[in-house]
Amino acid sequence: MTEAPAFSPPYLHAGANVPAIMREVALALVPGVIVYFFCFGWGVVLQCLLCMSYALAVEALLLRLLGKDVRLFLGDGSAAVTGLLFALCISPFTPWWTSLFGIAFALVCGKHLYGGLGRNPFNPAMVGYVFVLLSYPAETNRWPGPEIPNLAEYISIILRGEGSAIDAFSGASALNEMKSRLGDMQIVSEILTAPGFGHLAGRVTEWINLAFAAGGIYLILRGVIRWHIPAAVLAGMFISSAFLATLDSELHASPGFHLLAGGTMLGSFFIATDPVTSPETKNGCLLYGFLIGLLALLIRRYGAYPDGIAFAVLIANAAAPLLTRLTLPRLPGEVR
Amino acid sequence: MNTPSLMIFIDACLINNFVLALFLGLCPFLGVSTRTETAFNMGLAVTFVMLLTSVSAYLINLLLNAIGAPYLSLICYIVVIASSVQFVEMVIKKYSPALFRALGIYLPLITTNCAITALALFQTSRGYDFIQCLAFALGSGAGFILALMLMSGIRERLELSDVNPILQGTAIALMISGVLSMAFMGFAGMGR
Repeated sequence: MTEAPAFSPPYLHAGANVPAIMREVALALVPGVIVYFFCFGWGVVLQCLLCMSYALAVEALLLRLLGKDVRLFLGDGSAAVTGLLFALCISPFTPWWTSLFGIAFALVCGKHLYGGLGRNPFNPAMVGYVFVLLSYPAETNRWPGPEIPNLAEYISIILRGEGSAIDAFSGASALNEMKSRLGDMQIVSEILTAPGFGHLAGRVTEWINLAFAAGGIYLILRGVIRWHIPAAVLAGMFISSAFLATLDSELHASPGFHLLAGGTMLGSFFIATDPVTSPETKNGCLLYGFLIGLLALLIRRYGAYPDGIAFAVLIANAAAPLLTRLTLPRLPGEVR
Repeated sequence: MNTPSLMIFIDACLINNFVLALFLGLCPFLGVSTRTETAFNMGLAVTFVMLLTSVSAYLINLLLNAIGAPYLSLICYIVVIASSVQFVEMVIKKYSPALFRALGIYLPLITTNCAITALALFQTSRGYDFIQCLAFALGSGAGFILALMLMSGIRERLELSDVNPILQGTAIALMISGVLSMAFMGFAGMGR
């Protein structure tokens, strides 16, 4: 028997490396960022720049402290992408120190404690986001309302945090509005006629979500991510929200609302698909994605927090090693 | 106290998970979460002890209330827990010596596990009836298994990565449980 088994080397290198993938991800985020900018103004750009520079600075400091090659690891762009994803999760009004704490926590407790890139069990951006969400609920829950501040006003809001300027501009996000009004015994069809809502979800969030989805589809076409996870997240959210909506469509928002509200598309295409923290098998990925969609919807509908994507991703990250193990293909002749 | 049993189960399993939300029973959570099989079996052992404790604590409470001596409940719970742990220990030693060795000191230590005492005390103070007690014990046990399994999956994976030597073992496990607990805070506010 000299025939080599099908899985033995030599392999052909596909030419993919970390910097190239990170560039693709950043490129795919561009349409989302542009629509986000048109909807919410300069704050979005400021937050992106701020968080990316924080991420690079904190990463450089950590690499130096840990005695690793600063230029090599900083150049791979993973820290910058973590910063960018974090910036797109938080509200454009978030004060500068809140995002600094978030980024620092993300990179220290979400990445470098476990040995750096490729070893982290949790998605660093989500660890940082959940940290600021839990620690600074007031700072992270103000979203730009109908009126959009200009550049100077945004700078003063981000630098000073508190103040009367922020009260003049801030409103509730579509998810917040839906949650609080449902809590006040209003019905869905009535809530959807309020000024902040558009065709299906929030007037602006639906366009932002569509733009992120377009970027995500680009990533799938380029072969950077596989379709399994995003499809499973969206299916999980669609099926569970459709189930609730058929029970009573006046008590539970429609699947269309949930798919286009909050961070659904950003989460399913860019955050859940992190190759480090997702399962290694295809079936595992399907289960993992479905779990995220289901948990996110449950937290949105029944939990105290408006959006559940971040929590759902962290829980599914924790379950990823088990899901991989559960769905490992059986070797020929293996007995379980 | 008319909470439906299903709600009690979900509450004990996810929302107020004994390990990740109430920080009870951390000793076996950190001690036996290095291998998934062992973690699962430990979880089953703890669940079984919880079930026994819950049923006996319910009956004892009825008895103590009947003779007008509810102040004896804590002492009675200790006796009940210790004897049910002893029972589980004998069974495992007899039927699976390998598992007995794998669980090691953590098996007899279930006796002093605060999660079990908390279970008995919570169900008494919340005035659960018999079915609710069962749901509470099963939910807490399922939550304990869930936390232990998630933890062991991550720790098995981390063995392959170069965690800083200072952090290896319990330190990194505590960091992970911190993040896990943050993730489970997402369930806060459910069921109200």
